[in-house]
Amino acid sequence: MSLVQRISYVIDLILDYFRSKIGGFIVEIGLIVLFMTSSVRALFVKPYRYNEMVRHMEFVGNQSIGIICLTGLFTGMALSLQIYLGFKMFNAVNMVGPVVALGISRELGPVLTGLIVAARAGGAMAARLGTMRVNEQIDALDVMGVNTKQYLIAPRIAAAVICMPLLTAVFDFVSMVGSYLLCVKLVQIDEAVFWQKIRDMIEIRHINEGLFKAAIFGLVFSVVCTYRGFNTTGGAKGVGDATNQGVVQSMVMIIILDYFASNLIRLFYLVMGMN
Amino acid sequence: MESISAISLRDVKKTFDGHDYVLKGINLEVPKGSLTAIIGFSGTGKSVVLKHILGLYQPTSGIINVLGTDIGRLSPDELTKFRQKFGVLFQSAALFDDMTVLENVSFPLLEHRRELRHSQIISIAEQRLVQVGLDKKHYNKLPSQISGGMQKRTGLARALALDPEILIYDEPTTGLDPILTEMVDNLVLDTHKSRKGLTSVMVSHDLAAAFRIANYVVMLDAGKVLLSGTAEDFFKSDIELVKRFVSKGMKHS
Repeated sequence: MSLVQRISYVIDLILDYFRSKIGGFIVEIGLIVLFMTSSVRALFVKPYRYNEMVRHMEFVGNQSIGIICLTGLFTGMALSLQIYLGFKMFNAVNMVGPVVALGISRELGPVLTGLIVAARAGGAMAARLGTMRVNEQIDALDVMGVNTKQYLIAPRIAAAVICMPLLTAVFDFVSMVGSYLLCVKLVQIDEAVFWQKIRDMIEIRHINEGLFKAAIFGLVFSVVCTYRGFNTTGGAKGVGDATNQGVVQSMVMIIILDYFASNLIRLFYLVMGMN
Repeated sequence: MESISAISLRDVKKTFDGHDYVLKGINLEVPKGSLTAIIGFSGTGKSVVLKHILGLYQPTSGIINVLGTDIGRLSPDELTKFRQKFGVLFQSAALFDDMTVLENVSFPLLEHRRELRHSQIISIAEQRLVQVGLDKKHYNKLPSQISGGMQKRTGLARALALDPEILIYDEPTTGLDPILTEMVDNLVLDTHKSRKGLTSVMVSHDLAAAFRIANYVVMLDAGKVLLSGTAEDFFKSDIELVKRFVSKGMKHS
């Protein structure tokens, strides 16, 4: 085999590898979208699963409040400290409050809440459904004539989409409490100036922007994690793999989607003639 | 035993990857009202046949007729409704681990008998648990708090909850000790005898039990039906594989 033939052979191998990977990726995305549409559609078909939805909201929302408050408080304080140290060099410490408020409400609030809840509730969703799959509990529901997507998936997705903006609002609020404690109580920025600057610069749409993103992140992590759990194969190892894949893919997608969502919102503001 | 088929498979073929066929043209008739055992070596497609009957798998080709309905023609929603005619006892019992014994048995009733009051549902669930011989003191326990035998009884009570026309047992005695195995076999037989018109299908490795309790036996080999008939037909068979299977199976038992 000549050198050219060898190189050609290696290039073919590489191209085949990427073709199969990209093809597989596209097929996977298609399957996840189909899974999501059929599950969301099932939400609006009788019998409505209010009880299940409330049960999952309690798990996704209520049981996440503690960890959201803890991380929110320290995120607000850490961010405020770093911005304070930077702004102090330019004698602009009065701007710490609004910059932290903007950063938290638009970006860090929804993204960190998304990552924390995806890890906590998304992981639990994938593990629970995966265990139900390998223990034949999902098959049992199927043969009982229960629509498994309606009973197991749709309430989890609805709960995540509803709870994520609420948790993000809690995160935003607690972060600002942290920022207040650091700025006003620790580094002695004037309290009236701190609040006035925030009032001057923050509009309700900045907060809504973050809450909108949070709902999208809720949809993403709940769909990815339930899809992974629902399609688990291979016993205990399969459950572990499904949980791992669900959480990792959700986190990566939240971070990537955040960038695109931010740009889309910016574009929307431009079209609407807002800054 | 009536002569009409409750379940009929005609030339059913199944491949998962497009070239290797797990089922290579299954022709099978399960008489209505019979207790049919599907036997065969591991990997011969017994569980795959069962999943086709339940509509969990679609055949690559062929027709599956259950109680006069070609289930291949049903939409997903119609199939979901149609499955209420089945009761299934899974190998692992497949009880919902976050529900108590009583809640597990009540669940199908809560789903499909919404016209009933809660007290009526509980009463029916308790009746089913009595029928399978489960003591009342276990009703409020979680599946993890009861023994394997009790889990099987609960699974059977749940399968019976909706008064199914077809009861399917997926290897109900695999992994159980001889005492429990005998108990489950007797439970299967008693359940079948006590419910007029019920068609029971049992996938089993336990040949002696299959011959003892089933009145119709189907043996699969390499994705095809090797022999079907009564236990006597199997003992008289000249097919070499059947002879080997029967002699080894009876020796183990």
